Amino acid sequence: METAVLYELLRMLISVVLVVAFVFINALIMGYLERKISAHIQRRPGLMEVGPHGILQLVIDGLKLIGKQLIVPKDADRTLFRAAPLLSFAPVVLPLIVIPFSPKLQVRDFDVGLIFILAISSLNVLAILMAGWGSNNKYSLFGAMRSVAQNISYEIPMLLSLLAVILMTNTFSMQGIVQAQGKIWFFLVQPVAFLIYIVASFAETNRAPFDLPEAESELTAGYHTEYSGMGFSLFMLAEYANMFVVCSIATVLFLGGWHGIPLPFGAYSGAIWFFIKAYGLMVFMIWVRWTYPRTRFDQLMNFCWKYMIPFALVNLLVTAVLVKL
Amino acid sequence: MMEKKDYVLNVSERRPEKGKYLLPLFKGLGYTLKNFFSKPITIQYPTERREVRPRWRGLHRLKVDEQGKLKCVACGLCAKICPPQAITIVPYEEEGGTRYPKEFIIDEIRCIFCGFCQEACPKDAIELTKVYDYVDYHREDFQFDIEKLKTPERFIFTGK
Repeated sequence: METAVLYELLRMLISVVLVVAFVFINALIMGYLERKISAHIQRRPGLMEVGPHGILQLVIDGLKLIGKQLIVPKDADRTLFRAAPLLSFAPVVLPLIVIPFSPKLQVRDFDVGLIFILAISSLNVLAILMAGWGSNNKYSLFGAMRSVAQNISYEIPMLLSLLAVILMTNTFSMQGIVQAQGKIWFFLVQPVAFLIYIVASFAETNRAPFDLPEAESELTAGYHTEYSGMGFSLFMLAEYANMFVVCSIATVLFLGGWHGIPLPFGAYSGAIWFFIKAYGLMVFMIWVRWTYPRTRFDQLMNFCWKYMIPFALVNLLVTAVLVKL
Repeated sequence: MMEKKDYVLNVSERRPEKGKYLLPLFKGLGYTLKNFFSKPITIQYPTERREVRPRWRGLHRLKVDEQGKLKCVACGLCAKICPPQAITIVPYEEEGGTRYPKEFIIDEIRCIFCGFCQEACPKDAIELTKVYDYVDYHREDFQFDIEKLKTPERFIFTGK
């Protein structure tokens, strides 16, 4: 009994450390990839100075941001302003607990894993609203308003498309969903749901072409205009971690999770396939960002309510009927 | 009935025809992918630099002869012809009658790099080099004296 509790505590401690470390490492990798890929798309070499091909640049940037002064603007709501980056960062760490990296590499396999992730990751909206409201800045407030409207709208098609997969697997457990894809990956069975999910996830993570909350040309930087130093970097960490979570969900539900060509130590090395798929999707997100121009806000909303939600609903209905047959 | 005024601009949104939304999206992705795999067309400036034209006019150099003495005889023709009057010369005469400049100051901020000084010089003592990236912190540093004018190459910015 005693040792079991101790074992659990140790497991929790190690998991938390690994998960938080992963969030930081993910931000380093993604920051580097984003800057390097955007540079090459624009026919520049990009980061070149610190380390070979600039791979240490993000480390230096991180150190610089840690050293910066935290400025709270005049007449800002201090408590909200300070709490917002933390509230933005904390929820994106939690979904990593239930993501199955491989059959054995998973902190906890909840029966409601998917619902847990979606519930936690929608907290991000609250953090953005707090940041926008607390900053006492018109740009921040506009960015926050847009972000809330956009995230709430796009959550609907996202959930509807995921629900179609759930109807087929009959489980919310992430591990169970992956195991159900042993024969065929679900993006072949549910191409419409996959497409809708991918588009909605761009909007959910506030990334181009749906990056209206931080549209530079109109809103300087949107909700994080007033943030400096670690406040800003926590938002960035959260954005990249959010991207990873969203792409992991896509990997788990549509791309077969850790399934792939069998490798030795399959219970652990499945993580390699998982990361290849998840990071492939994230590179795709970067690629899209540097290809398409930003949409207008009415276009964004029209697209969601007039096209995505009806299509997702029809897809869900068809799936339900087919599953019942 | 309102008459159509010619200063009214009829703006209409250009839209692709129905059903032709999808293809341009993939075309765009293909275009960025093609660029991603092409070689960067920029150069890493301080370490790599672009070769300037042979007739490029950069910082001035006061030439020296084989004994390491200035060729300049302080005749003042360059100062005379200089359009923005950027050259100040204080001549000095030795006992044997040889003249050389005691002070030769070019104000590189005033200079327009026209190259007239080089053309006016009867002794071929001044020339414009290809050094184009002198940077400094104070205005006084741009008042080039004889020492600085002898070796302008050392001002090539390497970024280190």
